[in-house]
Amino acid sequence: MKFSFSSEQEEFRAAVRRFLADRSPTKEVRRLMDTESGFDRDAWKALNSELGLCAVRIPESMGGHGFGFGEHCIVLEEMGRALLCAPYFASTVLGAGAILNAGTPMQQQALLPGIASGETIATLASTEDGGSWDAAATTLTATKSGSRWHLNGHKSFVLDGHSADLIVVLARAPGTSGKDGLSLLTVQGAASGLSRRALTTLDPTRKLARLTFSDVEAQLLGEEGQGAAPFEKTMIEAAICLSNEMVGGAARLREDALAYAMMRMQFGRVIGAFQSMKHKQADMLLEVELAKSAAYFAAAALDEQDADIAVTASLAKACASDTYLQTAIHAIQIHGGIGFTWDNDTHLWFKRAKSSEALFGDAHLHRERMMAQMAAPTPASNATA
Amino acid sequence: MTEQTEASVRAEVRAWLEANWSTDHSLVDWRNKLMDAGWGTPHWPTEWYGRNLPVGLQPIVEEEFKRIGAVGVARVGIRVLAAATILTHGTDEQKKRFLRPSMTGEEAWCQLFSEPGSGSDAAGAVTRADRKGDHYVINGQKLWTSGAQKADFGLLLARTDWDKTKHAGLSFFIIDMHQPGVTVQPLKQMNGHATFNQVFITDATVPANWLVAGEGKGWAVATTTLMHERRAADSLRSWGAAKSDRPGRIYDEERAEAEIALAPYKWYPNRAGRIDLIIPRAKETGKLDDPAVRQEIARLLTLSKSAEWTARRARSAQEQGRPQGPEGSLGKLAASHIARAAARVHTLLSGADSMLAGADGPHAGTIAEILISVPATSIAGGTDEIQRNIIAERVLGMPKEPSIDSDKPYRDVPRNGAG
Repeated sequence: MKFSFSSEQEEFRAAVRRFLADRSPTKEVRRLMDTESGFDRDAWKALNSELGLCAVRIPESMGGHGFGFGEHCIVLEEMGRALLCAPYFASTVLGAGAILNAGTPMQQQALLPGIASGETIATLASTEDGGSWDAAATTLTATKSGSRWHLNGHKSFVLDGHSADLIVVLARAPGTSGKDGLSLLTVQGAASGLSRRALTTLDPTRKLARLTFSDVEAQLLGEEGQGAAPFEKTMIEAAICLSNEMVGGAARLREDALAYAMMRMQFGRVIGAFQSMKHKQADMLLEVELAKSAAYFAAAALDEQDADIAVTASLAKACASDTYLQTAIHAIQIHGGIGFTWDNDTHLWFKRAKSSEALFGDAHLHRERMMAQMAAPTPASNATA
Repeated sequence: MTEQTEASVRAEVRAWLEANWSTDHSLVDWRNKLMDAGWGTPHWPTEWYGRNLPVGLQPIVEEEFKRIGAVGVARVGIRVLAAATILTHGTDEQKKRFLRPSMTGEEAWCQLFSEPGSGSDAAGAVTRADRKGDHYVINGQKLWTSGAQKADFGLLLARTDWDKTKHAGLSFFIIDMHQPGVTVQPLKQMNGHATFNQVFITDATVPANWLVAGEGKGWAVATTTLMHERRAADSLRSWGAAKSDRPGRIYDEERAEAEIALAPYKWYPNRAGRIDLIIPRAKETGKLDDPAVRQEIARLLTLSKSAEWTARRARSAQEQGRPQGPEGSLGKLAASHIARAAARVHTLLSGADSMLAGADGPHAGTIAEILISVPATSIAGGTDEIQRNIIAERVLGMPKEPSIDSDKPYRDVPRNGAG
C-alpha cells in the first residue's frame, strides 16, 4: 500500500490548487451558489480544456487519462478545499463511476468520452424520498416491453440532477424486492416524462434535485436484474471520494481559523497566543490529519482493489463526517461573533460539512456498516437467527 | 576512503559476519568483536567503534544481521541515550571510558532529570552540584528513574550556579550509582507495578572530569539526550518483539538479558489500551450485538486505524527523503486518545466485571490492569498538555508560552517547596 504521494502527484495537486484559487475564490462561490444550475459553464470548460479534470480516471481508450483513484481523490480534495461549485462529483464519481462499474464495453465506449471531455454532465439517481442509501429501498420501477424500458416513480437527493445531461437510474422490476430485480438504466436529462426540480438545500454550494419519472424511456446499463452489485461498488467509491473532498474542506477551515487566530487581537495580544486557542488548534490538527490519513489510505486501497475496501470506505467516511463538522464548529467558535455572520466565509464550509455529513450515509450508519462487515452480525440478523 | 555503496556495504558486512559469527560466543565477547570491527554501531565515527556509515545504509547492515541471525550490541534502556549523548558532547576520556561497556551490555545506565518539583518543566531542576576541589558534591532528589536499581551510572542534570538564569545554571554529569550517597527506592504506581524509582542523593560525589560539556551547558546536553529518547523507546518495543527463539549459548544469554530488561515494562501494552482484545471481548461478552456498544467499538477502531495510517504516512515521507508533514508530531497525542477510548470500551464490554481485578477479573486481571494503567499514557514522556503546546508552537507556528522564570537568577524564581 502506498502511504505518500509521489512528486508527480504533488505537482499535479499544485496545478489543480492554482487553477482553483484562480477560478473559485469565495466571491465566485457566493455568486454561483445563488444560481439555480450552481456552476459556471466557462469555468467548467476551462477545468477540462486546461487540466482535463473530468478525464482523470476514465480509461485512455475512452477519451480519458487513465489515472487511478489516487489522482482522482487529489482533485476532489482540492475542490473540497476551494469549495468549487460544479457538477464534478456527480459527473465523474457517480455518473462515470456507475457506467464503469455496470456498463458493457460498448456502452462505456459510447458514454464515457463525453463525460471525459466535460461535454456530458452525468449523475446517478438512486436515493428516494425516504432518504435511504440502501439499494434495497428502491421503489422506482423499470418496465420492459420488447427491447424498450420505461421508468415510473421518483428519485430525490440527486446530485446536480436538475442540470445533468445523462442520468443513471437505479430501478427495480415490478414485483421484486430487496436487492433482487434491481437494474441500472440511463436516461437523457431532457427525456420526455421526466420532470426535475432543484431542491432548496441547506448547503447552497451542493445542488440536489428531485426527479419524477412518468413513463420515461430508458436504456438498460449492463445486465438486467444485476444492478445491486455495481451500484454498491459505486457507492463505496463515492464514500471514499467524498471523504477526500471533505478532508480538503476541513484542512482549509483549520488553516483559515489558524490565520484568523494569529491576526485577531484581544487583551493586547493575538488570540492565538492564548493556551486555550493553541490547544484547540493542536486538537484540530490531530483530527484533520487522522481523517486525511483514512481518506488517503482508502483511495490507495481502491486502486489496489483491497479486499476490505467496504470497511475502509465506511471508516474513512465516518471519520471525515465527524471531523469536518467538528472542525467547522471549532472554526466558527475561533472566529467568534464574526464567524456567525453571512459576510464571513466560514459558514460556506460549515454548510458543506453539514451536507457532506449526511450524503451517502452519516457517521452512525457507516460505523454500523464497519461492524457488520467485520464478521460481526448485525443486531437485526442476529435477532432472527 | 572509498565511497560506501549499498552493494559494497552488504558485501563487506556479509563477509565479516560469515567469518566471525557463531552462536557459541558469549554475549559480551561477541559484542566486543562488534565494537572492534565497527559493525555494532556502524553509524558512529570510525575512531569511536563505528564506520561512518550513512544513516540510509544502516538498514543493509541490519538486514544482513537478521539474515544470519547475528546478535547486535546492547540496545535496551538508557544506555543508548547515554552513548548518543557522550558521543556528541563527551570528552575523549569519557568516550574511551563509557562507550564500549555500554554497548556490550556490561554497564547499565539511568537518566536522572525529573524531580519531584520539576516534571513537565525539567529545566527547573534544583538538585545541587557544588564544586569541591577535583570533584562535585551532589545533593537532591530525582524521580521517574527507570532502571535506577540496576544502573551502574546515571546521566545527571544538576544546578551548579544559582545566580545564573534557569537554563544557564544547569550542568550535566555522569554519576556513579554505586556509592553511599545514592539511595534508590522503587516508586509504586497506582496499578501496583514499580517501573520507576525515586533516587535520593545525599553528599554523593562526581569527579570533575565527569562533567559533560562544561558548567552551564547542561540544558543543551540534556536536549540531545531527550531527542534520542523517543527513538530509543521505539527500538525497545521492536527489539522486545524480535527476540530470537533459536538455540545456542549467545541466544540464551540474550534472552536472559531481555527478560531482566523488559520485566518492568510488561504492563506497557495494557496502558496503550489493548485494541487487539476489543473484538474478542465483545464476542465473549455477547455485547457485540448491542448497537450502542457497536458504535463505540467502531469509533475506537476508526481512531486507532487512522492513527496507524498517519504514522505510516510520516514514515513513508521520511523514507523517501522528504520532510515529514505535521503528521509526524501527532502520534503521542493520538495514542492518549486511543488509550482512553479503549479503556471506555473495555469498561462497556465488561460491565460489572470491570469492578474485579486479579484472578477474579476478566482475562485473569488483564482488563483491570488496562483500566488502571491507561492514565499513564497521557502523562508519561510528556503530558498531553505539553504535547499540545509543542504542536501549536513548533508545527503551527503559534506564539510561545510566556516565560516568566527564564530571565532572572534562578534563586529568585518561585518554585515548589521554596515558598
